[in-house]
Amino acid sequence: MEFQQIYLLLLNTFGDEVILEKIENSTPQGIKVNKDKIFDVCRECNINSNLYFDSLSCLTGIDNGPEEGTMEVVYNLYSIPYGHQLMLKVEVSRDLNKDNYPTVPSVTNIWQTADWHEREVFDLFGLKFDNHPDLRRILMPEDWEGHPLRKDYEDMDKYHGVKVPYDDRENPAV
Amino acid sequence: MTEKTLQYKFHPDNLRRSSPGKYKEEDLKREEMIINIGPHHPSTHGVLRLEVLTDGEIVKDVVPHLGFLHRCFEKHAEALPYNQIIPYVDRLDYVAAMNNEHAYVMGVEKLLGLEGQLPKRIEYIRVLTAELNRLASHFIAMGTYGMDIGAMTAFFWLMRDREIILRMFEWISGARLLYNYQWVGGLYYDLPVGFEERCFELIGYLKPKLEELEKLIINNKIFVGRTAKVGVMSIDTAINFGVTGPMLRASGLKHDLRKVDGYSVYPEIDFEVPIGEGAMGTQGDCWDRMWVRLAECKQSIEIITQCLDKLKKDHRRTRDFDAWAMVPKKIRPKAQDLYMRAENPKGELGFYFRADGKSDVPFRCKVRSCCYSNLSVLSEISRGAYIADLIAIVGSLDFVLGEVDR
Repeated sequence: MEFQQIYLLLLNTFGDEVILEKIENSTPQGIKVNKDKIFDVCRECNINSNLYFDSLSCLTGIDNGPEEGTMEVVYNLYSIPYGHQLMLKVEVSRDLNKDNYPTVPSVTNIWQTADWHEREVFDLFGLKFDNHPDLRRILMPEDWEGHPLRKDYEDMDKYHGVKVPYDDRENPAV
Repeated sequence: MTEKTLQYKFHPDNLRRSSPGKYKEEDLKREEMIINIGPHHPSTHGVLRLEVLTDGEIVKDVVPHLGFLHRCFEKHAEALPYNQIIPYVDRLDYVAAMNNEHAYVMGVEKLLGLEGQLPKRIEYIRVLTAELNRLASHFIAMGTYGMDIGAMTAFFWLMRDREIILRMFEWISGARLLYNYQWVGGLYYDLPVGFEERCFELIGYLKPKLEELEKLIINNKIFVGRTAKVGVMSIDTAINFGVTGPMLRASGLKHDLRKVDGYSVYPEIDFEVPIGEGAMGTQGDCWDRMWVRLAECKQSIEIITQCLDKLKKDHRRTRDFDAWAMVPKKIRPKAQDLYMRAENPKGELGFYFRADGKSDVPFRCKVRSCCYSNLSVLSEISRGAYIADLIAIVGSLDFVLGEVDR
């Protein structure tokens, strides 16, 4: 299916409240989706016999920085039988305080591979996924503070007594 | 004497704090037990810790704990110009660095719109080196797998043959493992004089060795008994977990990005895509995965032969050939998002770039790691297996922790 057809199909199913806009300058071509409905859109992409996106190639987060104040989650879908690709994007606020993480619905129930990818996004961006079965840190240690891929991330001073930022190369122990 | 300061503050709970288990001792049923494998166990192929919940000998659940080799690739990439990221890309899957470079430089060339404009000689050299590295990577996979399940000989034989390939790489790039050979828009240098002839000799040497290997290990009765019908993965499971590469093909799906996407000069090359047929047991078992890798080695040799043929005839070395002719002085792509994928020895390696159009460094460079997705299926396919089979299953996934943890 061509991108335009996919776009119209999704637009007719969900309306312009959910399917927000086409994304210019992206390969494969993409659609911006309302974040609260991303699970429904993904499930439709997965089960609709004309789309049949049976595989989630890549799921990642992007931090747009403190000035923009937003974060994005990008889904790269791929249909093995039809061979078409699609990029879906949702935008969330990046505000983070101790008990109040930004959240996006999890798509683990559709594609199991999303499990680890979402854990990675949670770990590195501090973005929580609703209904995720097992949202723990995956790459960083459990007791690490902060989420490193945020643009305004600052290192911890010491981790288990080891100095983290290596400023003094002559004498790293100090 | 100066007094030494201790860097590390010891605390008996440090491990439990940094990498707590998913299962708690007090929640276990009476017959259950937690066994910890790794992170320094040789059969985990690097630093991977497996938390195994067992009932006697039966595996009830496996929880992989990753991150011991996390080197912040993506954070580093956000501070480096595109061409300076290539050495870091080498260090992702460090036994198949040429393939990583190939995927990465194709991605950046696509960002710049250079795709398809490069001289054919460069493309053929890239494919040649990538396929040589695919051989080396599969040799490691098969050799260490043999060792995991108790066959020593194959490991030594394959390491010996792999070393010859690495010597060839040392000749063309100066390094055994981490090459920095493929550049954005070109190569570090043309092939050294005489390389093609040596490569022909190498192929002549390797072909009978692969036959020998097939007899020694793949069709060996003990090997078959140890791997057939173990760790069976259906196509549906594989696709749902994002499994790609030889593992997906072993489950019976003929899906190879070299054919599907047809990137670089692969459409001009004639080769087959082997799939697992369950010849010794069930389709998608550990034996099929190893058999597919061996069959792919043979196909790689076909590809190398055809590349060498082209490099000797149609696109032969000329005096005025400049491998740097298309290398851009400044890499500043237009603002865009791009997902580029390529077939690595272990599966689909994808790079997700976001360029902001204002700087020479990527705004975001995400690696879609094939080993990461392939490893995530472990708990699904090893549930209900014996602990001894768990080692066989882990080995058959053929992951490299450098790429899992990035």
